[in-house]
Formats: sequence, structure tokens, C-alpha cells
Amino acid sequence: MDCYTANWNPLGDSAFYRKYELYSMDWDLKEELRDCLVAAAPYGGPIALLRNPWRKEKTASMRPVLDIYSASGMPLASLLWKSGPVVSLGWSAEEELLCVQEDGAVLVYGLHGDFRRHFSMGNEVLQNRVLDARIFHTEFGSGVAILTGAHRFTLSANVGDLKLRRMPEVPGLQSAPSCWTTLCQDRVAQILLAVGPDLYLLDHAACSAVTPPGLAPGVSSFLQMAVSFTYRHLALFTDTGYIWMGTASLKEKLCEFNCNIRAPPKQMVWCSRPRSKERAVVVAWERRLMVVGDAPESIQYKQLTIQVLLDRLVLRRLYPLAIQICEYLRLPEVQGVSRILAHWACYKVQQKDVSDEDVARAINQKLGDTPGVSYSDIAARAYGCGRTELAIKLLEYEPRSGEQVPLLLKMKRSKLALSKAIESGDTDLVFTVLLHLKNELNRGDFFMTLRNQPMALSLYRQFCKHQELETLKDLYNQDDNHQELGSFHIRASYAAEERIEGRVAALQTAADAFYKAKNEFAAKATEDQMRLLRLQRRLEDELGGQFLDLSLHDTATTLILGGHNKRAEQLARDFRIPDKRLWWLKLTALADLEDWEELEKFSKSKKSPIGYLPFVEICMKQHNKYEAKKYASRVGPEQKVKALLLVGDVAQAADVAIEHRNEAELSLVLSHCTGATDGATADKIQRARAQAQKK
Amino acid sequence: MAFPHRPDAPELPDFSMLKRLARDQLIYLLEQQHEVDKLYKVENKPALSSNEQLCFLVRPRIKNMRYIANLVNADKLAGRTRKYKVIFSPQKFYACEMVLEEEGIYGDVSCDEWAFSLLPLDVDLLSMELPEFFRDYFLEGDQRWINTVAQALHLLSTLYGSFPNCYGIGRCAKMSYELWRKLEEEEDGETKGRRPEIGHIFLLDRDVDFVTALCSQVVYEGLVDDTFRIKCGSVDFGPEVTSSDKSLKVLLNAEDKVFNEIRNEHFSNVFGFLSQKARNLQAQYDRRRGMDIKQMKNFVSQELKGLKQEHRLLSLHIGACESIMKKKTKQDFQELIKTEHALLEGFNIRESTSYIEEHIDRQVSPIESLRLMCLLSITENGLIPKDYRSLKTQYLQSYGPDHLLTFSNLRRAGLLTEQAPGDTLTAVESKVSKLVTDKAAGKITDAFSSLAKRSNFRAISKKLNLIPRVDGEYDLKVPRDMAYVFSGAYVPLSCRIVEQVLERRSWQGLDEVVRLLNCSEFAFTDMTKDDKASSESLRLILVVFLGGCTFSEVSALRFLGREKGYRFIFLTTAVTNSARLMEAMSEVKA
Repeated sequence: MDCYTANWNPLGDSAFYRKYELYSMDWDLKEELRDCLVAAAPYGGPIALLRNPWRKEKTASMRPVLDIYSASGMPLASLLWKSGPVVSLGWSAEEELLCVQEDGAVLVYGLHGDFRRHFSMGNEVLQNRVLDARIFHTEFGSGVAILTGAHRFTLSANVGDLKLRRMPEVPGLQSAPSCWTTLCQDRVAQILLAVGPDLYLLDHAACSAVTPPGLAPGVSSFLQMAVSFTYRHLALFTDTGYIWMGTASLKEKLCEFNCNIRAPPKQMVWCSRPRSKERAVVVAWERRLMVVGDAPESIQYKQLTIQVLLDRLVLRRLYPLAIQICEYLRLPEVQGVSRILAHWACYKVQQKDVSDEDVARAINQKLGDTPGVSYSDIAARAYGCGRTELAIKLLEYEPRSGEQVPLLLKMKRSKLALSKAIESGDTDLVFTVLLHLKNELNRGDFFMTLRNQPMALSLYRQFCKHQELETLKDLYNQDDNHQELGSFHIRASYAAEERIEGRVAALQTAADAFYKAKNEFAAKATEDQMRLLRLQRRLEDELGGQFLDLSLHDTATTLILGGHNKRAEQLARDFRIPDKRLWWLKLTALADLEDWEELEKFSKSKKSPIGYLPFVEICMKQHNKYEAKKYASRVGPEQKVKALLLVGDVAQAADVAIEHRNEAELSLVLSHCTGATDGATADKIQRARAQAQKK
Repeated sequence: MAFPHRPDAPELPDFSMLKRLARDQLIYLLEQQHEVDKLYKVENKPALSSNEQLCFLVRPRIKNMRYIANLVNADKLAGRTRKYKVIFSPQKFYACEMVLEEEGIYGDVSCDEWAFSLLPLDVDLLSMELPEFFRDYFLEGDQRWINTVAQALHLLSTLYGSFPNCYGIGRCAKMSYELWRKLEEEEDGETKGRRPEIGHIFLLDRDVDFVTALCSQVVYEGLVDDTFRIKCGSVDFGPEVTSSDKSLKVLLNAEDKVFNEIRNEHFSNVFGFLSQKARNLQAQYDRRRGMDIKQMKNFVSQELKGLKQEHRLLSLHIGACESIMKKKTKQDFQELIKTEHALLEGFNIRESTSYIEEHIDRQVSPIESLRLMCLLSITENGLIPKDYRSLKTQYLQSYGPDHLLTFSNLRRAGLLTEQAPGDTLTAVESKVSKLVTDKAAGKITDAFSSLAKRSNFRAISKKLNLIPRVDGEYDLKVPRDMAYVFSGAYVPLSCRIVEQVLERRSWQGLDEVVRLLNCSEFAFTDMTKDDKASSESLRLILVVFLGGCTFSEVSALRFLGREKGYRFIFLTTAVTNSARLMEAMSEVKA
């Protein structure tokens, strides 16, 4: 038991270290790593090796080979590199392998060597070729930075949302910088580069010279620089064998160290142990390793969350294991099992050797209606693999009809999309599909489709009513909906047409449509209106004043008020104004004119079809009791009491009521007995009542 | 007066939460747009503001988009550059964006949504303030607002717990309900744990009961709405009411103590009540005569303000009453009411028809004439062909030929139709109506759908006993049933349906009524076996009116609640009345 410290070796004066193997690599490498481009993904992710990257021969045997291994060296994929020469490899945060070619093209591969996509870093890069490239990680995702043969930098901070930025020129830069790195400060990606004794910081707007605080004098060149994973710290190695360590903002120095080795190191990286506050820089030369450390304040990051872990398992297609972990951790279904199953399904649809039916069934059996699973996402993946029929089958399992619509549209199944949109009850979705259909189909087919979908039809009609009147007309025409066509032209005769001829013409079209719709009433009414319009125009010309757009009733009234009684009577005959109406309107108009003489003449012209109570009422309305009384005497017995009360003759009203022996009339009169002189009348009524009761 | 609730009546939920939510969201939206300093009403005229940015808070209507487009394009012509932001409430419609695009200004404006769909007008009344719902859905067949309704219901269930008992009648009610259910399923988990605060929800389409909405209102709040038009819970009382030279905007809700006591009263009681109240108030003022200094100080500091407030309200409502009486007696209101009652009871049809004809001939009021025609049509299952033609002819002569379009609308909505002659057609009709209620429905063209909408009012009225048998005088001071809101002549159909279903806790036994209402496919009950609901919450009922409810219906159900120990809460797309319904159908260019 005395050998606890046996494998610990002294490091300097006060520290010890030991070496032990965590696990051995399973791989069987035939090449030296130095002859390969190597990229290891963060967090124990996969390792990519590109053998013979610099060979230019075209012979197949000598072509570069891309191998992908797990972190423990298990082979995951191997493929012949058939594209152009590769300058740099790197893994994105999503474990996608980015291969930067000399011509600025970036090829993206999955963990299993499956080609995903490619993109270009722009024309400038293509022309001047890639001299050097870095793949870097920020909180937004993974970025690519390129140094071109013209010594200019181009970068994209997030390859998932590619936006290329060409960085400003560095003044007087004639050769490649001695070393450079990407930084990320205040959510902006920058480039730090060393040219001789000077350091420059490039952001998208400017190039500025910077000086690290407390840098020892005598530096004529920087040989190596390293930035920590979180972009908080920076280390610089100078040609004097001096190491400067500080914050990446270059505002603060943490420590410095002179190692007295002037040879350029092969590599320099920051490292730290989990849960440790210690930060250190490891510098490597051909045969020597040096750890330079200090204990600055630092925060521990828990970057690898459960979600990321699960994502990684899913990427490795270890679906059962991922599900077991979810169940063990009791993760909610939506975040856990469902998500994994959805991923599994997306993988499943890529199995081209299985028939559409079998894939769809297998997926539905496993997924059922697990909450949080989007069948439309899986279907989209199937469609992406060129399996449209499978996609449609999968969509049928999607319970939310609205979710099916975008993909159906993409797959040009617009009519099916329309029914699904209608089912969803989301009118906006229906409208979106309608506009698709409108562009896709010819007008006739489009209308036919609408015809079978009343909900969509009303929606589209509403839109047309405000925005596309002509289309609305075509819609009605297509449907032979003559009733609505008639209404359409009537509306046009008021809204669209100014000239009287135009209005009459619109009305004629409307009348024709109404006849076709067998709506004789509307047709006749429209024809009457045409006649009336023409007449009103003529009246305006001959008599002056305003007639257009008056109703028939108001036209007659206006004529009477203007003293054109003959014309009014002619109008009444021509347009078959019923007697009752004519009497009402004449009575009202003459009273308004206070032409009492004419009114009396009129009242005697024949027996009034509306009786004489209206005469009393209207005279009283004009406060002419004298005239009112004349008519009160002519009012028929059943309305006599009312008429007498109206003219204020309570006593006579009482007499009539008593004579009628009508209880309702008696109480009516009684309720009018309010004046001081009505006392006698009231008594009289009471007596009559008492007498009536005796009998 | 103002009958108290039973002591065990449940407490109403706190709706102020809805106001707070909406307010916070709006403030957030406005603050994103820096310094919104002045609000203008969106009208079709140039914006006077010289600000560098304009923010529009609008309903998602195409008309509004046009207005904004004109404004932006005018600015462009004048070489002005401003920022424009459009906030849609309660939501943005794709068609609106389309219009902005077609008008070439889509790139110039930024859009936002203010999801404000529930305005608490009172402690028991929520309004979506969507008067256009009625025309859009019941006339144009446009279903765009159904989603809005579903969202609003979803919001309510997130705030007040899910509803253990759901009932509904009407096609729109069913669609809204199903869409709402979908929303709940998609977001389940959120509401499940909550203890339900409201035990029942009842959804009802306006077209299930047009009759009630078409009647003249005689309960105070309804009468004030009919006479002065209550807008968003407040009313403009003109000089004739305020007895001064200016108008006054008055909030009408439970906060107004005087109003709260008379709002549900039959108008005939209101005046007496108010004068009694005035005498009491005078007596309270008079108390100060005998006071010493200390008592007087107390009186001034503590009671006087309240008394003055009450005094002010009292004189306003007395003014309103006087004004109503003046208007109503002038147009022979009694005659009108008599005709309405005759129509409801179905006697003296000829006399009523002549009354309506005279009404039209005398040009009393285009909207009123139309209302009476519709009431006649619905209560009689359509007008007989001769009357249908002659009344329409008379109407066009009186009020102008453009109303031809109005009639076409009314026919389509089933409000003014022609009786089908003979029995042969009735057979076709029943077939058609079966087809129409089918889900594949709307294929049948407009011409048929009006046929299918036979109102069957008389039969329904008999089945549900809507016309109470009264021996002697109906004492309006001591109402005995919901008919008091129509002077004892008629129990509102909508309220009766709610009452009957609640009593049975289902539609059981109401099959015949449902069939007569043409709603066989659209009457539903859904009860979750949720024993979490407290007995108190089970006596709280949310009634949702799709297409609008009237104050008379609100009063009637408030009465029913007091009788049975329930509390009713109302959610309506808008408060409506007969005039608003008719105006929505009217096609006259304004």
C-alpha cells in the first residue's frame, strides 16, 4: 500500500503529475497523423481524418480518403474524396463535418459520411483561393473564417444561416500573417492577426491596431496565438520565447511566462479540468510539452445539456438507448421519447428499399398519436427524399389538418391542401391556398374548385367584393347565379356609374339577369327604377332642383312642395302609387306648406282612404287647432273620441264615449281630464260608469 | 326593485384580469414603437400629424387597409418618408396583407397583432366588440371570426379553468366549439390542473332566435340602447337628457348605483322608482337642517360627496326617462308594441299587416318598417306571396329602390322570406333542409337555403310555452317569469332554450324543438366527468351569443339566475338590438 504515489512524477518544485490511459483507440491507423488533416468534434464527438489531402494525382488509388471515427476510434464511415483539394476540416456544433476546399467551396457531411449540402464562401475566395481556414464555434452556431491568397479575410459567423462578410483590408499586409485566430466579442465575430511586431483586430467595419497590456518589450514577431473555448482568454507566444496570457478583450493581463524556447511551437491550446477554476495553456513542440498556468477567476459552464446528449445519441442512430435514457430520467414525452421517435421516423423514411406502405405503417405503429410528434415534419423529410406518395400517406396521420397544408402545397397537391385548410377552420390558411390555386390553375378550373368548396367561395367572394369586382362578376357568371349578378349590377349602378346613361344601362343588365333568375319582382322593380331615373333627370332639366336618387314617394312629395300638383298626380298614375300612400304624402306635404285651402279642397276631392284622423293629427302637429277641428267632425265614430281629445275637446269626447258606452274610451277620456275645468266632465263620466254598472 | 340574489349565489369571476392582460400587451406594442404620443381616429381623410412615424391600431378590415395605403401613397407622392406600423386587433388576416401588397406598400409598413378579443363591459358581460361578425357569418357565410371566438374561449379556459359542462346550438356554435377543443388538445396540460371556476358554458347562434332580437325593448337598459345606442358600455346623453347645453358621456354598468337598480326593470316601473329615490335623497339632504357644527362637518366630509354623485346620476336617468317617454309617445309606441305582441301571439295577422303597410306609407322609419316586416315573416314562416310582393313594393316606393339589395340579403339570411305555396313544395323543402344541414352543405345555392330556413316559430312557441297564459293583469313590478322583459307577453326564445337545457343538463326531450329550429345536427352536449368542480362553480353559467345578444336577453337571464340561485355571465360578439341587426342587412349607401 506504499505505492499510492508511485506513478506520480514531480512537475517543477511544488506540483506532481501522473499519466494513465483512459481508453485505447480502436482504430488501426496506417498513416501518420501528421500526414492527415484531422478534426475532432467538441464534447467527445467524432474524429475526421483526411488522408493524403495534398496529393494532386488523379489516380484513384492515390485519391484522398475521408475517414470518420467515433471518439474511441470506432470507424463510422470511410469514403474516397472525389472533390477538390481540401484546406481545412472542422465539425459544426450539430456534428456536421465542414470540409473547406481550396476554391472556397464548403462541403457538409453527416456523422455517417452522408453528404448533406455545400455552399461557397464567395467569388473573391474562389478567385484568390483559400490560403488558410478555421472552423469556429460561437453561441449562434458554427462559423467559417477564410484567409485568401490576396491576404484578405472572409467569414460567416453561422453556416446554418449563411451570411458572408468580407473583412476590411489590413493596411500594408504583403504576406500572410504569422498567426491569426477568430474571436467573438459582444456577439460579434472578429479576427485577430499578427504581422511582425503588430497585432490587428478586424471586425466587419474596421481594422484597428491593438496592444496587449503589459506585453514585455523586444517582441519582433508573434509565432502562435490561442483563444480559449469560451472566447474569454487569449494566449500569445512571441519570438522571444515569451508567453502572454490575458483576457481576449486585450484589456487585462492575467500572467506572463518566459520559457526561453525560441523555436515556434507546433500547437498551443487552452485547457481546464471540469469543476476547476484553474486555467492553463499547453504548448507543444516536437518533443516537449509545457503547461503554463495561473488561477484566474473563471466560471464553470455546463455546456452539454441533456438535450444535446440526446441529440448526439440520435445522430449516432442509437434510438433505443436514447429512449431508455429519456424514460430513466422521466423526461416529459414531448421533449423526450416523442422527439426521439420523430427522429427515428425521419431516418426510417430514408430507407429506400422499403415500400411506402410498409414505412408508413411501421411509423404509425410505433408513433401512434404520441403527443408532440409532428407527422407533417416526417412527411416533409420523406418528400425531401423524393418520396411524395409516402409523404401523402404520412400526412394522413397528421391530426392537425392545418399542419398538412404547407407541405401539400409544396408537393403541388393544392386541391387536397384546400380541403385540409378548410377542415382546420383557419381562414387565413384557406386564403393562402386559394391564392396558390389561383396562380396554379386556369380561371375556369379555379372557379370550379371554388364551386365545390362553399366556405372557400364565400371567403374569396368577400375579398373580391372589396378588391376585385370584376372577378366577382365572373364568379357569378360561372355559376349562372343570375340573382347575384343582378344584385351586382344594381350595386354598380349606384357605386361605379356616374352618368345617368351608364346607370340606366347597368340597371338594364341587372333587370335582364333578374329575369333569367326568374325573379320577376326584382326585374320589374329595376325597370321601374330605370323609368324613375329618366323621369327624375327630365324633372331636373325642366323644373330645376334636386330629384335624382329620391325615392318615388319623395319625388312625389318634392313635386307637391314645389307646387307641381299636376305633375305629382301624373307620377302617381304612371308609377301606380296606391291611393293610401298618395293621400298620406299629399296630406303631409300640404300641411308642411301650410296650404290649408288646398288641403281642404283635397280632403273633399273624394272619400279619404285613410280616414280623417290623420288630417286632425297633422294639423295639430302644425299647431293649427282651427283646421284640425274641421276634420275632427268628419272622423268616423270609432276614432271620434281620439280625434276630439287631440283637438282638446274633452267635454265632447266624454259625450261621445258615454254615447258609445265604451269602457276603454271612457278611461281614455278620463285620463285626459287634467285641467281645472275638466272636473265636471270627470264627474259626468263617473256617473255614466256607475249607471252602466247598475244596468 | 333590484331583487337581491339568493344568499348562496356564487361569486362572479374577476374579469379585470382580462383588462390588465390586454392593457399590458398594448403598452408593450406601443412602446416598441417609440413615443406614440397622440391617438387619432382612423377616418378616411389625410393624417394631420407631422410625426415621423405613424402607428395604426385597426380592425383587420380591407377598408382600413385601403385607408392606410392611400395615406402612405400620398406621403410617397409628396416625397415624405415616415415609418408606418399597423397593429391589428384582435388578429391579422392574410387578406389584409394581400391588400397592402397589391397597393404596393407592404414593404413600407410593419405589422403587429394585439390579441385583444374580450372586453369586459360589466361584471357579468364580456363583449368581443365585433359587430361585423353578424353580417360576415350569417349573411356572407364568412367564417373568419370563428377562429377568433375559439381563441377567446381558449383564453377564458386558461384563466378560469376548463368548463365541465358544455352545451350549444347552431352551426357556428358547433364549429367554434370544435375549433376551441382542438386548441385545448394542442396545448393540453396547461388547463387540466386548474379547478374550474365556471361550471357551464352554453353557445348559441343568433339565427336560432331572431325573433327576440327583433322585438322592441322595454326593459330600461334595452330601451336606453334602442333609444340612445350604448357603445362599448357607455352612452352619449344629449342636451335633451342632461338639461344643459352639452352632451355627456356616461358609463352604464354596475358601478353606477342608480342604474344598477333600474337596468333590469320594466320601463313602467322606472319612473316611479326614480322619483321615490329622489324623495329619499331630498330627505337625506334635509337632515343637515338640524345639525350642529360637528355633525355638519361630518356630513360634508363623508356623505355629501356620495349624495351629490347620486344626485347627478339620478337627474341623468330621470332626464333619460323623460326623453324616452317623449319619443315613445310621439310615435305611438303603445300601438307598435300592441302590433308586436299580436305578431308574437299570431292573431290579427291582417290587421298587423295593414299596420306595417301604414308604417311604410308614412315613412315613419326605414329601419323600423324593415324590422316589423321581418318579425311578421319569421313569426308566420314567411310572408304570403301577395304580401311579400306588396310590402316590398311599398317599401321601395317609400325608402328608395336600392333596398332591393337589402331584400335580397334578408332573404338569404332567412329574415324576410316568402311562404312556400302548397304542400308539394314542403316535401321538397324537407328534403332540401336535410341536405342543407348535411356537412357537405353549402353546395346548395342561396335560393334553396332560404327555403330550408323555415322558422317554425309558432310551433316552437307552443312547444316551449313562450306566450304565457295570463289571468288578469301581469304585474310588472313583481315579475313571475322571463316574459316580464317583454311586458309579460313573450318569454325570449333564446333564454327559454338555455333554461330548458340547464334544467335537463342536456338536450334530452327537446328533440322536437331542436328539429323545428333546423338544428338537429348542431345541438350538442359535452360533459367531462370532472368532480373537481365545486357546487358553487356549477351554478355559474357562461352564455355565449354568436352574432350578438340584446340587453333584454341579458336582463331575462339575470332574472332567471336570481330565481334559481344561478349567476349568468355573458359573452357576446357584440351587444345588438333590432336596429343594429337591420342595419347590418341594409345595403343603402351611407
